[in-house]
Amino acid sequence: MAEVRTIYVPNDTTAQSLGAEDVARQIGRALGEQQADIRLVRNGSRGACWLEPLVEVETDSGRVAYGPVSPDDVPGLLAAGLLEARPDHALYLGPTDEIPWLQKQQRVTFSRAGIIDPVSLDDYQAHGGFAGLEKALAMSPRQLVDEVTASGLRGRGGAAFPAGIKWNTVLEASADNPGNPQSGRKFIVCNADEGDSGTFADRLVMEADPYLLIEGMIIAGLAVGAEYGFIYLRSEYPIALQRLNEAIERAEAESWLGSDIRGSGKHFHLEVRLGAGAYICGEETSLLDSLEGKRGMVRPKPPLPALKGAFGQPTVVNNVLTLAAVPWIVEHGGAAYAGYGQGRSLGTLPFQLAGNIRRGGLVELAFGATLRELVEDFGGGTLTGRPMKAIQAGGPLGAYMPESQWDTPLDYEAFTEAGAVLGHGGIVVFDDTVDMAQQARFAMEFCVVESCGKCTPCRIGSVRGVEVIDRIIDNVNRTSNLALLDELCDTMEYGSLCAMGGMTPNPVRSAVRHFPEAFEPSSNASAGAA
Amino acid sequence: MNRAALESVIQGSVDRHRGKPGPLLVILHDLQAQWGYVPDEAVPLLAEALTLTRAEIHGVISFYHDFRTTPGGRHQVQVCRAEACQAQGGRQLEAAVREHLGIDWHDTSADGMVTLEPVYCLGNCATGPAVRIDDAILGRVTPDRMRTLLDDLQREPVNISGLMTEAPHG
Ligand SMILES: Cc1cc2nc3c(=O)[nH]c(=O)nc-3n(C[C@H](O)[C@H](O)[C@H](O)COP(=O)(O)O)c2cc1C
Ligand code: SF4
Ligand code: FES
Repeated sequence: MAEVRTIYVPNDTTAQSLGAEDVARQIGRALGEQQADIRLVRNGSRGACWLEPLVEVETDSGRVAYGPVSPDDVPGLLAAGLLEARPDHALYLGPTDEIPWLQKQQRVTFSRAGIIDPVSLDDYQAHGGFAGLEKALAMSPRQLVDEVTASGLRGRGGAAFPAGIKWNTVLEASADNPGNPQSGRKFIVCNADEGDSGTFADRLVMEADPYLLIEGMIIAGLAVGAEYGFIYLRSEYPIALQRLNEAIERAEAESWLGSDIRGSGKHFHLEVRLGAGAYICGEETSLLDSLEGKRGMVRPKPPLPALKGAFGQPTVVNNVLTLAAVPWIVEHGGAAYAGYGQGRSLGTLPFQLAGNIRRGGLVELAFGATLRELVEDFGGGTLTGRPMKAIQAGGPLGAYMPESQWDTPLDYEAFTEAGAVLGHGGIVVFDDTVDMAQQARFAMEFCVVESCGKCTPCRIGSVRGVEVIDRIIDNVNRTSNLALLDELCDTMEYGSLCAMGGMTPNPVRSAVRHFPEAFEPSSNASAGAA
Repeated sequence: MNRAALESVIQGSVDRHRGKPGPLLVILHDLQAQWGYVPDEAVPLLAEALTLTRAEIHGVISFYHDFRTTPGGRHQVQVCRAEACQAQGGRQLEAAVREHLGIDWHDTSADGMVTLEPVYCLGNCATGPAVRIDDAILGRVTPDRMRTLLDDLQREPVNISGLMTEAPHG
């Protein structure tokens, strides 16, 4: 029998939410009782949510996995030889790397997630961490910006704007701003607001490989001449907050952050700022106001945040995944990254399979596979075992897609053509029990709750939207209310300052267009004047 | 609220974050962590300490869902209402929680133990429905298990850190 050295029990939000803490405690106790010379390491998570808590046992021939391990399973697992990596248990999954769901992915950004102890700098470096930064420290800002431009990397927060162009604007911007106490400074702001339902890739980076984000932000700072960075983190992520703060503290202690990074004479200071439960603060201008301690009102553009962003200074605002892609790009070159993907959608996208799905979790793939491959091959259909009916891609402002659209390639342009969005890569699956009229109603309701209130079509239009959909559901003047809903959607689409009001019509209209039967009187029994 | 205590907490927070640009949100989080809400009496003190107007402070407090202006229950229970959880039975869970507590969103149970808030995604979307109880996030929460959890919360003493150790398929 191979010698066991280490046992891994994940500690990301999902694993914890399913009892990982208790699992770790029980295993730790068993190790103590047996006085075994085995380390218990809390790794992040590989992102295979459906297998969490995924316990791994490392032998000299690699890691084997057991999952999903609930606290109730632990005594049985221990009895069946967990600590000797024995295969005699129903939860035994074999070598982790050979689990097809993981093996078939193209992990670039998430290559380390779940493999290392997230806050161990030694682990991080032993697995290739800081190679990008070491290289970047010897490059000029121009070279760095050019490398990112060559990679074809587009913003992963939703709008898919080319990162290189944004960085170039900030690099060339003057930071002189007489009268502003922040004059002379540029900022890197990481958008970690991750508000879209069905998305958790940002969280996973922060909880499973936080130094990757830190490294990406330092490189961004070197590229544009910024020495200060903020991570604007949503308050719904308590574990990410704690882990980021711990990682920052350790990175500072080892001089990877702060003044004179590793004796290079370069500086980068990083601070986490917590949001306060407002979806709109994911929109970059609202985020900047919130970061400045104000109400998170959307600002008109121009001025671009790149020129006049945080505290009035030139600022790169990028999503977590955008920044987390950078170390790999700098280490391997922009061309290597652009070798993944197709058309104008280059590189990989960490998709997030969520909702009613059998094998949900993080699936990183090059752009170009189809939605169907994702939900069927990786997802394995619904958890309930019922037929899939609708897929909402790209968060709460994304369209509901019917089966006829599931062969759409996962590519920004192809999705736009289908009237849908890829956004931050969230894929939410619904089975055939879903009431699409209620989903449309919820989209409007969400807009009521989360509108910043600046424009009437968004603030008031969404309230009207809920009322109109309620009337349709109650079969009151159905035909004219459907027409009214369509007009209302037009008004919101064309009369809103930002995509909150402007894209709320996406889920609403796609529900009406692709699932018209849900809005028929027959599907809702309550009577009323037709 | 004891004014001297209030002043000292606010002063402590302001001092701690001195030098940080735009610290209001950071300070409000401190106050909320201390008392579970931001007392009205804090507003003029914050205005003075940060050279902002009271209206500005009020405006910020009222904008964000996180900040309360009245005391909440001993425990904050957030139930995810967003789409991925809806797809996994979240709507049924929402209904069960409201019915079991006999209160609506944003309300506090009569015994003062639980304040119920909606939340729009906890980032636990592949293993929903998701719930947050204080700082513990739970996954695959069924109505039955939730009723048990709520009953436990409403009974003292409570072991919050132990919550995450419940069997996942209760
Ligand atoms: C209503 C709304 C919500 C948004 N939420 C987020 C978010 O949670 N995270 C994010 O990175 N971008 C979000 N965005 C996109 C940002 O405005 C912005 O495009 C992004 O932070 C830029 O970074 P990127 O280029 O790296 O994607 C949102 C936009 C809108 C209109
Ligand atoms: S569309 Fe809505 S969220 Fe966006 S600026 Fe207007 S009111 Fe604010
Ligand atoms: S939608 Fe409920 S946790 Fe994300």
